Formats: sequence, structure tokens, C-alpha cells
Amino acid sequence: MNGFGGFLLRRTIGTLATLLAISVIVYVVFYVTPGNVAQITCGPRCSPEQVHQVAQQLHLDDPLYVRYWHFLQGLVVGQDYSTGTSVEHCSAPCLGLSYQTDQQVLSIILTRLPVSLSLVTGAMVLWLVLGVGTGVLSVWRRGRLTERVLTGLTLAGWATPVFVIGLVLMIVVCGELQLLPFPQYVKFTDDPEQWAWNLLLPWFSLALIESAAFARMTRSSMLETLAEDHIRTFRAYGVGERSIVGRHALRGALAPVIALNANNFGSAVGGAVLTETLFGLPGLGQELVHAVSVVDLPVVVGVVLVVGFFVVLANAVADVLYAVADRRVVLT
Amino acid sequence: MSLVQVTDLTVEFGDLRAVDGLSFTLERGAALALVGESGSGKSTVASALLGLHHGTGARLGGSIEVAGTDVQDASDAELRKLRGAKAAMVFQDPLSSLDPYYAIGDQIAEVYRVHTRASRRAARARAVEVLDRVGIPDARSRSRSRPHEFSGGMRQRALIAMALACEPELLIADEPTTALDVTVQAQILDLLHTLREETGMGLLLVTHDVGVAAESVDRVLVMRHGRVVEQGPVAGVLGAPTQPYTRELLSAVPRVDAARVPSQASEGVVLEASGLRREFGRGKRAFAAVDDVSLTVHRGETLGVVGESGSGKTTLGRMLVGLLEPTAGEVRYDGHARVGVNPAVQMVFQDPVSSLNPRRSVGESIADPLRARGEHDEGRIRGRVTELLERVGLEGAHYQRYPHEFSGGQRQRVGIARALAADPRVIVCDEPVSALDVTTQAQVVALLGELQRELGLALVFVAHDLAVVRQVSDRVAVMRRGRIVETGPADEVYDNPQDPYTRQLLAAVPALDPEVAARRRAARRELASA
Repeated sequence: MNGFGGFLLRRTIGTLATLLAISVIVYVVFYVTPGNVAQITCGPRCSPEQVHQVAQQLHLDDPLYVRYWHFLQGLVVGQDYSTGTSVEHCSAPCLGLSYQTDQQVLSIILTRLPVSLSLVTGAMVLWLVLGVGTGVLSVWRRGRLTERVLTGLTLAGWATPVFVIGLVLMIVVCGELQLLPFPQYVKFTDDPEQWAWNLLLPWFSLALIESAAFARMTRSSMLETLAEDHIRTFRAYGVGERSIVGRHALRGALAPVIALNANNFGSAVGGAVLTETLFGLPGLGQELVHAVSVVDLPVVVGVVLVVGFFVVLANAVADVLYAVADRRVVLT
Repeated sequence: MSLVQVTDLTVEFGDLRAVDGLSFTLERGAALALVGESGSGKSTVASALLGLHHGTGARLGGSIEVAGTDVQDASDAELRKLRGAKAAMVFQDPLSSLDPYYAIGDQIAEVYRVHTRASRRAARARAVEVLDRVGIPDARSRSRSRPHEFSGGMRQRALIAMALACEPELLIADEPTTALDVTVQAQILDLLHTLREETGMGLLLVTHDVGVAAESVDRVLVMRHGRVVEQGPVAGVLGAPTQPYTRELLSAVPRVDAARVPSQASEGVVLEASGLRREFGRGKRAFAAVDDVSLTVHRGETLGVVGESGSGKTTLGRMLVGLLEPTAGEVRYDGHARVGVNPAVQMVFQDPVSSLNPRRSVGESIADPLRARGEHDEGRIRGRVTELLERVGLEGAHYQRYPHEFSGGQRQRVGIARALAADPRVIVCDEPVSALDVTTQAQVVALLGELQRELGLALVFVAHDLAVVRQVSDRVAVMRRGRIVETGPADEVYDNPQDPYTRQLLAAVPALDPEVAARRRAARRELASA
């Protein structure tokens, strides 16, 4: 099969295979991790009998492959869970119940995902504008003071932890100047305006850090393109520096920017823990860290799969964008 | 006033003086060729005419005046007005010289809009017009193609179209045909000739190929080490050179019409290929690079394989050595079917830069085949490598040197020494001299002939250059689209070609004599109009 349909089919199959592989790895890693999961789940004050009961309820004593089989069953046909007092049906696709709260993992993820996506999407727009803009500017003014200042700033930005920038921003903007309220998450569907105002600082904090990588990447690929023969052609035809940098060199730098963006977007969906924690945003990253610390396997698997899905999705989108940006690229 | 007036030009990059006291003039509508080997400074002069060294750290002395602009004193804005509008440049490699991301018509339109106040639409129309002018079929729709969708010859036409867009007074062509096949080269040179007749623009042609110069210009300037060796009318300089270097250069140029002394070929067949076929790709994209090729190589003879790019000659060479497995057919060595690589059949590669490992000394590279054969005695390996280095005209002390310390010709000698290390009886040379200057090329060709006589080697000489192939070959096979269209003793094939394709190839070879060149051009025109 060829063309776009073939590409979609191959990518979908590839995505499913990747996600399955991820889930197996997470199961195995958790299985071999030392520590008494039932004890942790039950809490420090549980008696040995209670711990035993929990272990049975959660099927912790079953062999690895049985537990993984149950997980797959839940995904495809749904699963019934006994929570001690009642039986809860979890319909397909069922990612299981949290060991800690008995909540369905899917519903946990569905409440947390919009927060993460809000944060990352907005930040992405900002880091692309800031990063690529800075890169272009430093190429445009290359060899001058502007470039050196910008290069220094991006290096500093890269080296600064997000909680330093975030804290400083919060203290100055919300505390001293009182331009914005201290951020708290407001749902987009409730009040789009408040949603944006409250996310402004988190967006900036995350984007400032990420944009440093984009600025450096844009700058270096543009400089590389500027050394190529076709740039010499346009110089030899009297085309001005503005068009050479803004049209020809920037176009050559698009592919690496697209690739970097795909990776950063995908991993930030589940990995912007520091930003989420700092600004009290109940996103996936926070949930994942918490779930790992209490060995809440179903939640970990669920979140990891969702994040994995976004990484793969972002890369597939990047591949399509490559083909749009450069007609020599053939989607396979 | 002359179109170009260069007086006492010097160009220095750091400590290197690339151009040293060069003076010449080019009258309006005239054509001048700068001829020289690599490193002679000819391309540096071409760039200097457009002020392309501004801001690169190069130091320029002397004066340059192009179409009324003093290039040395001009501001950036004045230079931009000169570039493309009054003097336009065509570059060597037409693929890398165009932006891969934009449509060809858009790139031409962009250049046009820089120099005129034309609207987008008018500029686009102008782009189609000039593309049509340089012979791009169906110019309107092809103007929307990206460079990679064009063939090499079409890309060069597109670059020439870009140059024509603003009707410049001077066209500077820097090795415009070096990357092209000989038949395409003839088309491009004919196109330049016709355009010059029609528009009356001046032409400055930069080339290493004396034949290309003879085809295209009225006057020649021979350069060496940044200085003028000789300049004058093309018939005079090439017909009766006064300087020893010019004579040396001309005698090194292989002639397509000169017979050669035959080597001591014997009747015994050493290598035999029958029904060779090699496919690449799968399914619908599969194509046969080599299709049903049979040939024999006799002991001590040279078989020339000649063809244009894409004809399958390299694929054939690799199958003969065993680097590629044929899809069908077989290669027999000494009468036995051969599987995989046989040390008795060795290869010399085209690019002496990339076919040697830059991080290992040349001695180590030459020792590889010895070690592969199971030789472990370091003393003996060293002795043999030293002997081989001396055999190919290098010094034994070069063992410890690295490839970047050698010139192109020396590197190719190293490649030959490496092929000899395994005591081969057949060497397949894949374009062994196409990356070299003519004088170096002549030396390497002479070395191969010497080795052949001494060691009784059989050579398979794969090349696109018809003249070189004639110079070295006893028998010749002409390839086209994966097949051998004509084969026979070299003199017969060259003097009395039977296949129309062979005739077409031979007609496209640039002639050193301007009068012959003019006659051939007229003949090509007749053929084209018929």
C-alpha cells in the first residue's frame, strides 16, 4: 500500500505495537522492583492480615503473565473489580483501578489530561515563537553584539531550572507587581479567559526553558544552510540579506525544529512535573510521580501509555509536516 | 569601454595568494575562457568579478570594473544591483546551486523581482518565459517543480534561465558542464552559444577542460598558480601555444581521435561474465541497473567500459569484483564460477578522498588486503607495503602519512597500491581519473599502463570520458541503460561506430580545434532541427 492511506495504516500498527511494548516493560519493571506493594498500598498501620487481604484483592500474588493478561483483557473487553464491598464494572477500554483510590484509571487520566494539554499546547506556541525568533535574530545579527548576548541568554535559559524561573516570575508578576493573580487551574470550558490568564505564567516558565534549545537549534541549522551552495547562488544574484536569512536559510532549518518540537511536545505532556507542581496544576506529570512513589501500577501504566501515545502521535505529525515542508521527503 | 576590465588583480586568503597580478579585458559581446587546473585561481577570479569576496576576509588588490561598476569600491547596495542584473553567474553543480525547498519558477521570479519592480504575477510569467527560452519543455507546469524533480541537464538549463531573467550584459559560467554527461554538456554549450548570438551578452567561461573552452569562446586565458600563463585568440593559444605549460597541458589532454599502442593481450580469458543482471528496488519501483550483460576479459588486456551516468557501468564493475551479487547470470574467473570476493580481482575506486579511511595511515590501508590474506608478520607486511608504495611512484616513508597529506593524484596512487597488495590478475578501475586534473590524469593513466605491462594485469577501465577510454583500452564496450550497445576493438568502435548511440556520444565530445568544434556544432544543429 502506498500514499497517505498506507502511511496512516503503517503508523497505526506501529503505534499499537509500541504501546504494547511499553506496557510490557512497565509491568516487568514493576514486577522486579523490590518492596511490598500490598504493604505500601494498605498503609503503614495495616496488620499482616489486612496486607494479605489487599494482596489478594489486587491479585498481587498472581504470576506476572496472569496479571498482564488481565490487563489486556480489561483493555479489550472490560473487567469487573471487587472493591471489598461491591463489584465495579470497568468497561473497555479499561486501564484498571487505582490501587490507592479504587478510582478508574481512565477517569483519573481524563480529568488530568486536559490540564497537561492546556499547559503544553500554550507553552509550545510560546517556545516556538520565542525560540525560533531568537535563533533567526541571532543569525541575522551574526558576528555582532546582539548575537553574543542572545547566545549567552539562551545558554543561561537552558541551564536554569524551571522552578527558579517560575518562582521569580511568580514573585515579581503576582507578588510585587500584582499584575496577575497567583495561578490556579480554571477549566477552559468553564471560563476561557480566566483559563488563559491563569496559565500565562506556567506557559512562560515552561516555554522560556524549552525555547533555549530551539534558539540554539534554529541558529546552528540556519548557519549550516547559509554555508550551502544555493545560498551563494542567491547572493550572486543580488538577493538581499533579509530574504536570504528569512526565506532561504530559515526554510532549511525547519526540519530539525519540527523534529525537536515533536519530541519536546510529547515528553512534556507527561514530563512537565516541575511546572505542574510549582503552579499547582493537577496534570499528568504530577499524577505519574505520585503513582510511582506509592507503586500504583495501574495508574503508572495508564499514564505512561497515554504519554507514549502523545509522543508517537507528535512524531507522526512531525513526519507529515516534514513531507509538507520538503517535497523530497516521501512518507513511508 | 570594455565590459570587463581587470587590472593587476591579487586575491589573498590568509597566507595563500590565490590570484597574483592578473590582468585581462573582455569586450562587449565577446567570450573569454579562463582555463586552468584545480588550484589555479580561476574560480576565485570569477567570484571576484561579482564582488563575492566582500566580507569573507579575503584581501583584494588591483582593480575590477564590470559593466561600468567599480567592484572594488562599490557599496553592498551597488554590488547587489550589479549581481544578476548586469552580470549573472552560472555555477558548476546545478543541484546544490538551487534551493531545494522552492519551486524553480519561484526562485527565478524572486531574482527577477529583486532587480525590477515587477509584480509577483509578472515575475512568475517572466520565469516561465526564460525557462521556455532555455528549452525546458512545458515550461509553465515545469516551473512549479522543485530542483530534485529535474534532471542534471534541466537543472543547468534552469540556472541559465535564472541568469537570463534580467538580461545581463555579462554571463559568468563557472565550470557549467563539469557535472554533466557528455551529450548533455554539448547541449548546454550549444545553448550558451545560441543565447550569446541572440542577446549579444559577453561570456566569461571558467573551465578546467580545454575542449569545453575550444567549443565556446573566442579568446583563452591559461592560468597557473594565480598568474596568466598565456592569453590570446583560441585558435592561436590552442593551435600554436608559445608557453611550455600550455603545451604540457594540451599534450596531457586525451584525444578521442588518436589511436593507441596495443598492450600485450593474450588469448587466455581470465574473467568472463555471462547474462549479468542486477535489479534495485522492489515491486513497482524495481529497475534493472544492469540487464543481460556478457563480456570477456583476456589476460593482459584493457577492456574499456564507457557510458553516461546511470548507464549501469559502476554496477557492472562492482559485480565483476564481487562487491555486488548479480540478480541473474554469473561471473567466471579462470573458468570457475565465482562466489563472493576473490583477491585476484581487485578494484580501484573513483574518489580517492572518500575511498581511503581518513583516520588511518595510508600504509595501514595498503596493508589491509595483506592482513586479510592472513599475513601476520609485521616486518614482512611493512616491507611489502614499502615496495608497493615505491612501485606506484610514492616513497616508502609515506607509510605513516594520512590521506589528507596527499594530493588527489597521490591518493589515487595509494588506491592503486592497495589494489596491487593482493597480487591481483584483474583490476577493475571505476572512474579512476575522473576526479583528477588532466596532467595528473595522464600520469595515473601512464602508471596503470606500466603496471599492466610489467605484471601482465588485465584491466577493466570504467569511465564516462570517451577520450580517456580510447587512450587506455584495447577493446571497448559502450553501455546504455544497463545494456552493452556496442563492443569491439577500440579503434574500430571509435573510428567506425555502428550503433547510433555511440555515434551520438562521439559527436558530443568537445573538439580541441575551434574549427572542428564549429563544424560539429553545425552538424548537431542540423540533427536537432531534422
